[in-house]
Amino acid sequence: MDILYLLIPMSALLVLVVIAVFGWALQRGQFDDLDREGQRILQDDAELLDVDQPRPAHPNEQSTPTGAPRPDHAGAPDKNLTH
Amino acid sequence: MSNKAKAAAAVYSDTVVRLFSLAAVVYGIVGMLVGVVIASQLAWPDLNFGIPWLSYGRLRPLHTNAVIFAFGGCALFATSYHVVQRTCQTRLFMPGLAMFTFLGWNLVILLAVITLPLGITQSKEYAELEWPIDILITIVWVAYAVVFFGTIGIRKVKHIYVANWFFGAYILAVALLHIVNAAAIPVSLTKSYSAYAGVQDAMVQWWYGHNAVGFFLTAGFLGMMYYYIPKQAERPVYSYRLSIVHFWALIFTYMWAGPHHLHYTALPDWAQSVGMVFSLVLLAPSWGGMINGIMTLSGAWHKLRDDPILKFLIVSLSFYGMSTFEGPMMSIKTVNALSHYTDWTVGHVHSGALGWVGLITIGSLYHLIPRMYGQKQMFSVRAMELHFWVATIGIVLYIAAMWIAGVMQGLMWRAVNPDGTLVYSFIESVKATYPFYVIRVGGGVLYLSGMFIMAWNVWKTVAAGKVVAAPVPMVVAHA
Repeated sequence: MDILYLLIPMSALLVLVVIAVFGWALQRGQFDDLDREGQRILQDDAELLDVDQPRPAHPNEQSTPTGAPRPDHAGAPDKNLTH
Repeated sequence: MSNKAKAAAAVYSDTVVRLFSLAAVVYGIVGMLVGVVIASQLAWPDLNFGIPWLSYGRLRPLHTNAVIFAFGGCALFATSYHVVQRTCQTRLFMPGLAMFTFLGWNLVILLAVITLPLGITQSKEYAELEWPIDILITIVWVAYAVVFFGTIGIRKVKHIYVANWFFGAYILAVALLHIVNAAAIPVSLTKSYSAYAGVQDAMVQWWYGHNAVGFFLTAGFLGMMYYYIPKQAERPVYSYRLSIVHFWALIFTYMWAGPHHLHYTALPDWAQSVGMVFSLVLLAPSWGGMINGIMTLSGAWHKLRDDPILKFLIVSLSFYGMSTFEGPMMSIKTVNALSHYTDWTVGHVHSGALGWVGLITIGSLYHLIPRMYGQKQMFSVRAMELHFWVATIGIVLYIAAMWIAGVMQGLMWRAVNPDGTLVYSFIESVKATYPFYVIRVGGGVLYLSGMFIMAWNVWKTVAAGKVVAAPVPMVVAHA
């Protein structure tokens, strides 16, 4: 079963890589504010920006033609957005 | 031109998302049609008409490649390109290269459609394509990784949303699996021999095969789940914290489940046991993720009544939960002694493929396609509702028939007379399976007809809509 001499060290190496990536994510504050991150994808595009940043004006908010896709939050017509 | 003006002019790279979405619908029909043909051939073998190109052995890999890599693959490309742009608030990194992945992936599919019926194959399950196509896949996949991770690299939002972690893991893992398993020594343009032999080859094949299930058919589609369920339900995922745990736990524990495909073979006993133990461990993260997805609707269950898209998405998770319970159970050696080589395995695969992968894809595409064409909703909500019921009944018929057939076959094959001879010959089990093969064809036809309903609905939606560029929200330059 020579192949296991390739596959097992490779898995061990992979686990180390996964630990390293996890450490990187932890260090970079990826998991600092998990409650907000889950909410964020639902918010208006403009609010999706880092909230630490000053809020920009919305120049393209109105420039979109009627019926144009604001693909991220265009819900079904009979639905109310929750935010 | 100031940075602000540039940013205002930026639009999302959605052309490639549109193309992959529509391709997924077309390939869904093609792949499932071939599936219905080969299911019919099992019930009525004459249906190969004595033509070699239509024989079961050649069409079956065409079916699996078409549904997994053409239908599932195109859906993964479309949704990952969509999700990574929206959650990173930036357009794709190198949109031209993204378009190359579309053309390259379709060339791979075209070559598969030509070579597999001709019998040109490496004979490795789910990795049948010959070496020149394998090289093309590698090139396309590297381009995919560059586009995806490049987009993460130029993100405007500091946090990387959990769906992107799943998509990223799927892209990297599939690259590694493909390169190791496809290693072969070519003898001509259309023939090569695997770099591994005998049981070594079997071990590599199922290390690849089960991790393809884990990373292509699970992690990738979980990426879809973690974006489109919250979006469609208009609620954040039940526990974002749990979704992070789900991701890391799945990634840590997946790699060694493969040997459960090789129970009671020449593979060393301990390696089989390792495969079984890891498979059992996987139940925990899988169910954590399923519960997390379903509970996203907690407090808003009424949405499930009116919204066919949510029905697709939530029922897909029920099938995910069912398959990820059934899988670990079947990996237990004593259960496997009964289930292996029977149609139970086929039923298990299809409860995952039709139930989980198929329904989550269909639901995500129903969410995505109208938005890509400036529409708020698909052309016909009733058609989506009809599609949902047709597909669900189809799956239930399919997997129930295969469960019964599988357990029956397992029991018949192991039945021995007091003198040690077999009670049944193999052909007796085939005869006994016939009615279940016919029911399976019925289930498959229902599921396929659902795809035709979808194609009509998509056609009407696209015809009524128009392509409008979606602006990237303007971002104040970060330090």
